[in-house]
Amino acid sequence: MTQDRKSFVAWLQAAPMMLIFALFFLLPLVFVTIVSTWDYNEYEMIPAFSLRGYSDTFEGCIAGLPDLCTILKTYLKTLKLCVLTWSLTLLIGFTVAYFLAFHVRSKTWQIVLTLLCTIPFWTSNVIRMIAWIPLLGRNGLVNRGLEGVGLINAPLEWLLFSEFSVVLALVHLFTFFMVVPIFNSMIRIDKRLIEAAYDAGATGWQTLVNIIIPLAKPGIVIGSIFVITIVMGDFVTIGVMGGQQIASAGKIIEARLNALQFPAAAANAVILLGITILIISSLTRIVDIRKEL
Amino acid sequence: MSSLWKFKSGVSRRAVLKGAAGAVGLAAGSGGITGFPYVHSAEPKVLRYLGTAVNEGDEISKKCLEDTGIKIEYITATTDDVTKRVITQPNSFDVLDTEYFSLRKLVPSGNIFALDAKKIKEFDNITPVFTKGQLPNGKKIGNQGTAPWKVLYLEGPNSKTFSATPTEFVTLIPTVYNADTLGIRPDLIKRPIASWAELLNREFKGKAAILNIPSIGIMDAAMVVEATGQHQYADKGNMTKAEIDLTMKVMTEAKKAGQFRAFWKDFNESVNLMASGETVIQSMWSPAVTKVRSMGIACTFQPLKEGYRSWASGFCVSKAVSGPKLDWAYEFVNWYLSGWAGAYLNRQGYYSAVLSTAKANMTPDEWGYWMEGKAAVGDIKAPDGTVLEKAGALRDGGSYEDRMGSVACWNAVMDENDYMVRKWNEFIAA
Repeated sequence: MTQDRKSFVAWLQAAPMMLIFALFFLLPLVFVTIVSTWDYNEYEMIPAFSLRGYSDTFEGCIAGLPDLCTILKTYLKTLKLCVLTWSLTLLIGFTVAYFLAFHVRSKTWQIVLTLLCTIPFWTSNVIRMIAWIPLLGRNGLVNRGLEGVGLINAPLEWLLFSEFSVVLALVHLFTFFMVVPIFNSMIRIDKRLIEAAYDAGATGWQTLVNIIIPLAKPGIVIGSIFVITIVMGDFVTIGVMGGQQIASAGKIIEARLNALQFPAAAANAVILLGITILIISSLTRIVDIRKEL
Repeated sequence: MSSLWKFKSGVSRRAVLKGAAGAVGLAAGSGGITGFPYVHSAEPKVLRYLGTAVNEGDEISKKCLEDTGIKIEYITATTDDVTKRVITQPNSFDVLDTEYFSLRKLVPSGNIFALDAKKIKEFDNITPVFTKGQLPNGKKIGNQGTAPWKVLYLEGPNSKTFSATPTEFVTLIPTVYNADTLGIRPDLIKRPIASWAELLNREFKGKAAILNIPSIGIMDAAMVVEATGQHQYADKGNMTKAEIDLTMKVMTEAKKAGQFRAFWKDFNESVNLMASGETVIQSMWSPAVTKVRSMGIACTFQPLKEGYRSWASGFCVSKAVSGPKLDWAYEFVNWYLSGWAGAYLNRQGYYSAVLSTAKANMTPDEWGYWMEGKAAVGDIKAPDGTVLEKAGALRDGGSYEDRMGSVACWNAVMDENDYMVRKWNEFIAA
């Protein structure tokens, strides 16, 4: 009896969240999936079953071999940007979180420094990205500076509207999403464990590898999920920083949407969702977040 | 978003009014059946104006309120989002500011009201560029692409089919248009530019740009293909699949060779690219060139021997508009064509649809500089009073006749649009 009542109360408590989740996430997702199997013309969706959105997307993937088809090329590029961004945000995010958790002693300073990490979010996304042009452009500060010092003779073209600038902007934007969860995991590590390791003669490196990294794993995985899902679907940053010349999964969807080809856009969204879920589920397979939390 | 909210609250306010004075409202026969009872004394004249930021000037809405008492609420979106909104939410706007080429998508959706030409006072004075495809002096102009006269008329009041011959049912009343070409930085190029072929000239490797709107970008590329003699298109605005393949191949080779610095979508982006020297040659809009120049940087809207790619925009009215709101919409359109707004647009380097009324609102010197290709007698000022050109200056490309007479094609939506978008994605991934 009490068991039943307890579980009933638990369901009741979870109900509001479940309702919102179902209404604003699951339901739209179902719609997107349904629409992805519709037909379309120049100006409207036609509710007749058609896999045109999918077959068009994979056009030339077999016939065009050994050349890669558009969708494969696009995903390879997106994955490359994703891996680069992920590894850099992880490296920087982990270091920053480590510093905040173990080197900054006072709570106040920890809060102040964490807030400092949010500075990139104080301005709008667009402003932040436009600000790179006077910095990295052909006649920008960096090029002028390097020329002034005499390191280069001609301006470096690859600083802007390149994969370099895309990754730079993405890392700048999203490192914070790594810092917070990793810091959160680190702050909960029992300090006595580290002392014990020190007493037992472990070097700093051994302590890091054998104690801190394993215990910070949930934070690392959560941060990775944030960064990977955002970068996989991004088209604004990649578009602006890549001069609109770098392919991304999100950009394909955008181009389709802008041409009012909603079913084709939906099909691409379903494909992107599937691939992202694959990546995330393999990540959570490595670390069981629910258990660790 | 705020205007949407205002609209919603407006409806509920009306609903309350209706409830409170229901019987009175019914007795007065104020359209309770439509769900929009209208009480004249209590209702300010408000029109929700959906469009891109380019034409949504505060000056215009202020002057309109002053002259007609109609309050314009701007709803700003990008070109593509405007189109999406018309198709998916026709109730969310009253007046639509859009381009003729979008009509091939908008009209079949049934969300556009067929305007009555007889209610447009200046309709017969609209430049024959729109109604007949010729200049006031009778010279025929290029008809490739979605030229306005192909989509100006409908067969009937509720028709979704364009009429090739003039009828009294009009889709879109033209207000503003221009002939677009390449903008260049003469100080950095240091030699004359006379052909579209220069856009893909290796000399400008990493310093060229085009528009990031596939249907327009591909037309600029087609101008290059024709200029270099690789292919003559029957209609650059309506290519066959083979022609799309060919054009994209040329573009892909240029992209792989690093010809393009960036593709731009937004007015300010194009200004930034040019002003910062990231690009020295790119497709551009006339006011963007003016903006770069007003920053003290040399920039020319370069006339080219192959001609211009033209575009034209104006007002549509949503099918959801009826009753007094419809009258206000007509009143607004009539006001827009009555001269003040036309002069305002002409001073920005655009062209107005009714030339006679605009002329009456400009000084002879302004008219001479902007429209007749004459040297400015005094300083030429922008609508906000800043000096654009010193006395003696000549407009790039010359007179109205010279510029509009050299139009080669119009912005377009192709029959093979779906194929083209797929090819564009392939081009980006290459």
